[in-house]
This record gives sequence, C-alpha cells and structure tokens, in this order.
Amino acid sequence: MVNIENLTKYYGPTLAVDAVSFEVAKGEVVGFLGPNGAGKTTTMRIVTCYLKPTSGTVSVAGYDIRNDPLEVRKRIGYLPENCPLYPEMNVVDYLNYIAELRQVPSSERSRRVKEMIGITGLESVLWKDIGELSKGYRQRVGLAQSMVHDPDILIFDEPTSGLDPNQIVEIRQLIREIGREKTVILSTHILPEVSATCNRVLIINDAKMIASGTTDELINRAQGADVVTAGIKGPEEEVYQALREAAFAGEFRKIREEPENGGAWLTLEIESAGGDIREQLFRLVVEKNWSMRELKLEKMSLEEVFAKLTTS
Amino acid sequence: MKNAIAVARREFRAYFESPIAYIFITAFLLLVNFLYLWTFFVAGQADMRPFFGFMPFVFLFLVPSITMRLWAEERKMGTLEVLLTLPVREKEVVLGKFIASFLFMLIMLALTFNIPLLVGLLGDPDWGVIIGGYLGCLLMGASYLAIGLFASALSDNQIVAFILAIAICTAMLIVGEWFFLILVPDIFVPLFNYLGLGAHFESMGRGVIDTRDLLYYVSIIGIFLYLNINTVENRTWV
Repeated sequence: MVNIENLTKYYGPTLAVDAVSFEVAKGEVVGFLGPNGAGKTTTMRIVTCYLKPTSGTVSVAGYDIRNDPLEVRKRIGYLPENCPLYPEMNVVDYLNYIAELRQVPSSERSRRVKEMIGITGLESVLWKDIGELSKGYRQRVGLAQSMVHDPDILIFDEPTSGLDPNQIVEIRQLIREIGREKTVILSTHILPEVSATCNRVLIINDAKMIASGTTDELINRAQGADVVTAGIKGPEEEVYQALREAAFAGEFRKIREEPENGGAWLTLEIESAGGDIREQLFRLVVEKNWSMRELKLEKMSLEEVFAKLTTS
Repeated sequence: MKNAIAVARREFRAYFESPIAYIFITAFLLLVNFLYLWTFFVAGQADMRPFFGFMPFVFLFLVPSITMRLWAEERKMGTLEVLLTLPVREKEVVLGKFIASFLFMLIMLALTFNIPLLVGLLGDPDWGVIIGGYLGCLLMGASYLAIGLFASALSDNQIVAFILAIAICTAMLIVGEWFFLILVPDIFVPLFNYLGLGAHFESMGRGVIDTRDLLYYVSIIGIFLYLNINTVENRTWV
C-alpha cells in the first residue's frame, strides 16, 4: 500500500530524514516510534504530500507522490499533530466542508458526516463551535474529518497527545477498530500505545530507521540472552563457584543481599547460555541443598528496548 | 473550480464569524463618510471626485487588513497542513481566498452607496464619473487584494503580512507618481508611469474606461495571484 524507498529530506543544512525505507502492507497497523525530533512527522508530511522530499521515492496505492499527488491525497486521511481545526466553525459545518473538499459527492455527504459523528461520538456537540470544545472532542473531530471520505489509508500523528487517560483509552479503542479494516500509520512516543494498537513497529531515531518488526520481535532482538532473577540462600562463594561452573548459566551479578538468621538471601540476575534455564537452576539449588524463594524469567520491556536503541 | 468555490464560501463566512469584520466595516464607513461629507455641504458641489480621490489611500490600509489573516493565520494555527493535504490544487485555494476577500470588499464598497444616493438626491452629478470611479475602486481594490494575499503567504505573522502588503502596495502606487518620476531617467518615465497603480485609477475616476487600464489591473491581479500560487506550491516553511 505504502512504499518508501531511500527517502531523504533536508531542511536547509539539517538532515531530517536519512535514507529511510519501509513498506506498509494493506490492512496493517504500523507504529512509528521515536523520540521528538527523530523524523516521524517529517516522514508523514512527505507521504501525505504536504512536503516534497529531497530525494527518494514514495508511492501510495501505486501512485507516486511526485507525479500524482492529488490521487495520493484522495486515498489518505491525515490527522496532523495537535489536531489543527478552524475554531470559528461548528462541528457539522466543518465536517461538511472537509467532506466537500475531499470530493465526497454531495448526495453522500450528509450520510457520511452522520456516520462519522456516530463513530466518533460527537452527537452531543454537533452545533458547538470547535473553539469551545475540549481537547478530547477536538481530537474526535480531527479523527472524523480524516475518515469522512472512507480512505484506504489513515495517517495519525501523535493521535493521543495531550489527552487525559480516559480519552486516551477511547481514542486507542477507536484506532483499533479502524485498524481492523484500514491501513493505519500512527506515530507516537508513548510505548504502551504501540503495544496496544499496532501490529508492527518502526523505530526512528536521529533521522534514521533503526529497527522494524513486531513488538515481540523487537524485544527478543534487543534483549539478546534471556535473564532469570533468582533469590537463593546459600554460602555466597559456593553459589558463585557453582554458577561459574554451570554450563547452562552465563554472566551473573548480585542485585541484593538480605541477611537472615545465619545466612543471607542473595538476589541474583543470571544470564542464560541458551534456552529457559529455570528448571536447571532449580535442580542445582536442590542438589546443593540451598534455599530458593524467587525464580523469575525477565522480559525486557519495550521502554528498555527503546532506550537501548535510541541512546546508544 | 468547484473546490475554489467551496474554499471561497468558507473563507467568506469566516470573515463574519468574528466581530472584527463588523468593527472593520463600521470603521471604514464612518471614515469614508466623514472624509467626504465634512466638506461636501460647504463646497456645495454634486461631485464625487473627492471621494474617489481619497479612496486609494483608504484602501491602502484597509485592504491589507482584510487579507492579512488569509494565509498567515492558517500557517500559524497549523490548519494549512490539513488544507494542503486535501485533494485540492494549491491554485484552487488561492483563487478561493481571493474570491472571498473580493466579495467582502464588494460589500464594503456597496455599503458606501449612501453617498451617491445623497449626491443624486441633492444635485445632478456626472454619473459616468461615479460609475467609472466605483469600477476603478473595484479594480484597484482587487489589485491590492492580490498583493495583500500574496504578502500574507510570505509570513506566519499577520502583522508582518499587513506591513508587507502596505509596503508593496505603496511601492506600486509611488512608482507612477510625479515625485518618483522626476528621479527616473527620461526613457523610463512612460514605463514607470504605466506601472503605477494610481495613474490608471485617475482616468477611471474621470469616467473614462480605457481598455489599457483594464488590461493593466487584470495583469497586476494575475501576476500577484501567480506569485501567490508559486509561493504556496514551493513552500519550504513548515
């Protein structure tokens, strides 16, 4: 659906997007993840034909953004960051205006607008001026205008920014529903949002795309070896010696030590040499007659993956 | 073209959604009526030429105020990003904004018809002068509009747009005036005389409708609309 090859964009001397390439297939919900200033918004602005690229090719549904920008724009619904709207218009007039400019035929316009109002829950604020609405409602108006022409592709730039937790849940729910039938590209720097709504993630940092895959794939890739947290009570040097000799265990380190009647609980982080070592570790503890009170397989969180990838 | 009309409709209504438009129109009418009427009864002439004499200067400040928000506000608010990612051509948006501001100016001019009405009731004026004068106002105003619209696209700040518009309009006005022409080498005098906005208005103000003047105004409007379309299409400001 969306094909981007070697996209590069310079703002004067500043490199905003550096040879980014990726594809979004029909029906996918893809998340653009990256710190502020990474190049997410610039990339979206190029795909929606708001900006022209410095070099590279972008095609949307088979149409090239340079040769057929109008065709591209017809097929995309776009909600920019901060959801810009005309404050002096009321909701219905605004949606009708956008529907008209999005080439929705006049016979269909009122039906579509009603549909959008239903989907985004704007019934109670129909005739209010947009300037009077709360941020949550304004975001919904923005979403409604992006979908009013039933586009195949939706592009949302930070769709939940500035919303309160309840509104965030609602918008995410909406996006999930939309994502069932449409191709969606959304950008965010809120990591749980990505896990909550997207099939696939693209991580962008410093103008370059540094990772791509499903959330699980990324976590596995970034984490490297599995790590187990274990709470063991036994003579410290013996425990360390045994672990060093054990084939199943790699590097390990002590996190905490809690003394307790005639011994100490050692909380250790132990890297696996391969596979899930919990059972082998348990057997080792039993064999040596130590005690164990905690055995947990640690999964790197997306936050940690993100931090690892973007701060190196 | 349909899109241009849709844009025009919205922009036109947007003018009236804010109290500024009403304050504006009121101030304009008060000013214009005052400027004309305070010598009118004393002079005792059923002549609207003084009216058309000061109009270009009133327009000089008035028209940029009408156009300053048209692009600058959209840039500042970010709504331009939605507008220009819709399947509409940039030239349709430019045209739409121009048409809307032209209609607004038309209404303002029409509201001054109390003056020719008064003059007609009290005396026997030269209607040719009046018709020519209003036509000249319309064309000159439209030229100012095209200039002001272009200036608005150059900035995201309405005040800057306003000042730029006045600067360009003034330059175009001065270029044909005598105090500029005396500084110019003789060969160029007819050229600059033709380029000046004021000169063409004067002949219309005498009731003479010359195709050269019409051509001039249409060309000025065309040039600045074209520059406007170019500025928007090749935008590097984001």
